[in-house]
Amino acid sequence: MSSKYGYRTKVWSEEPEADNPFAAHSALCYGYDVYGDILTKASWFEYLYLLFRGEKPNADQAQLLEKLAIALANPGPREASVRAAMNGGVGGCPHAASLMASLAVGAGQYGGGHEVYILMQLWRECGTDMEQWPARLPSPVSDTREDIWRPMEHAPGFDPNGESCPKPVRQVLEALAEIPCAITVRWLAQHRQELETIADAPLSLSGVAAAALHDLAMNEHAAVMLYLMLRLPGAAAHAIEQRDLGWKMFPFYGDHIKLTDDPGPFELPNAEELGL
Amino acid sequence: MSNKHLRQQETAHETAMGKAFLCERVVFRGKDLHQELSERDWFSLYLYSITGKFYTPEQMRMLNYIWVCTSYPDPSIWPNHVAELAGNVRSTPSLSLMSGLSISEASIYGRRPDRRAIDFLQRTRKALDAGEELSDLINAALKKYRVIYGYGRPLARLDERVLHLVKKARDLGFADGAHFTLALEIYHYLKKNKRLTINVAALAAAIGADFGMSPEEYQLYLTPCFIAGMVPCYLDGAAKPEGSVFPMRCESIQYSGPERRSW
Repeated sequence: MSSKYGYRTKVWSEEPEADNPFAAHSALCYGYDVYGDILTKASWFEYLYLLFRGEKPNADQAQLLEKLAIALANPGPREASVRAAMNGGVGGCPHAASLMASLAVGAGQYGGGHEVYILMQLWRECGTDMEQWPARLPSPVSDTREDIWRPMEHAPGFDPNGESCPKPVRQVLEALAEIPCAITVRWLAQHRQELETIADAPLSLSGVAAAALHDLAMNEHAAVMLYLMLRLPGAAAHAIEQRDLGWKMFPFYGDHIKLTDDPGPFELPNAEELGL
Repeated sequence: MSNKHLRQQETAHETAMGKAFLCERVVFRGKDLHQELSERDWFSLYLYSITGKFYTPEQMRMLNYIWVCTSYPDPSIWPNHVAELAGNVRSTPSLSLMSGLSISEASIYGRRPDRRAIDFLQRTRKALDAGEELSDLINAALKKYRVIYGYGRPLARLDERVLHLVKKARDLGFADGAHFTLALEIYHYLKKNKRLTINVAALAAAIGADFGMSPEEYQLYLTPCFIAGMVPCYLDGAAKPEGSVFPMRCESIQYSGPERRSW
């Protein structure tokens, strides 16, 4: 008995077990047998590419995705999305809460998912045509309607709080540029300083990631999803570590908060009268 | 560009929004929480947290009604569906409700249409006051974006909330507001010329605009509004046998991808 409530999909199909229509006997991903074929023959990043693109990657594409995943895996404990996860971990929240907090904070426009979303649109529109970037980088969002996202405050892919392009960003750029299919990344490496002058800010890791995801033929939706997911391992590891270390070892910012609108102390209820 | 803002923030986090002086007192947007705000109901405090203002009792009833009339405990509604699934697979209450809340900021329902609806009314009101024609403004918006948020409705022909909300606005004395009357004028034009109906988003946005809210304030006011409808769905999912709600057979997956192939 099929149901009118079934989902339509090009990604996934299942054949049921003979004794249970709700249990899969086999599952196919874009036609490939997941547990009979992919599991034993494919790498994690080949499977990941298949899920998002619908086709097997070639060796270069799988390598580019894997190297990008290494570069993004841990933004480190100073980064906002990782700090969000650590705040969940140190308080003993459910593990999902740490990752949900990390995703929400890491979704933003400063180094986060939405910055990559905007930048992917620019890569699609401007590509490697250097003449188009000076007009688009300072004004990257063409739909100016009121929105849940605020107007972009800096050139996407560049760090408005940076002084110069940090060494790890340059290392990632150089490493990815060596992979043959990373055409956009190589162009970015060649034109980095020109683009930094236009952006009035140094290149950031989100900028390199977007270029690599463009080389992997990901659209903006796939790119953001991958960018969000690939940064979670570090968030998880740091959240677990802070859970173990405990709240006494975790910074509490109380003294750092300086109130500028303070009505001052009021008289408290009398503790003795309340029997306390 | 430089790191000067980081260096400035490094010394202190200055804010007028509030601070908890633990063991002593709490200041909430310039007022002592325990001494000056303790008689306020939570909804009033929430609105104060957003706008820094207190609303009249009638305004509070109107804003409260907008929340109430959007609280549908029906698990076919997408955020509720997520909360029910979460309850049914035995996730936690907070994770379940937050999962539903997180998908309330959608494009075809929820917060993005809400935000664009209030913005359209505010812009249109200003343009009319500057002498422009309503029909020109409506047609220009439709030509550019094909949609005016607050008008038309996915899935349903009529919005059953509209009659109740207009009646409530009349009863409480808000039906003559500049944006409320505009929202209805737009409806009459669209009904006559485009066969489009009005949904609650236009009228609720008109109330927000007449109460002086910015689009950001209005979104923040609405952000929790689906949650009362989610709770019964979560509870229902949690009460049913685990993994059992909205069951789906393997054959119900309607696959249209590539034929079977070998890796």
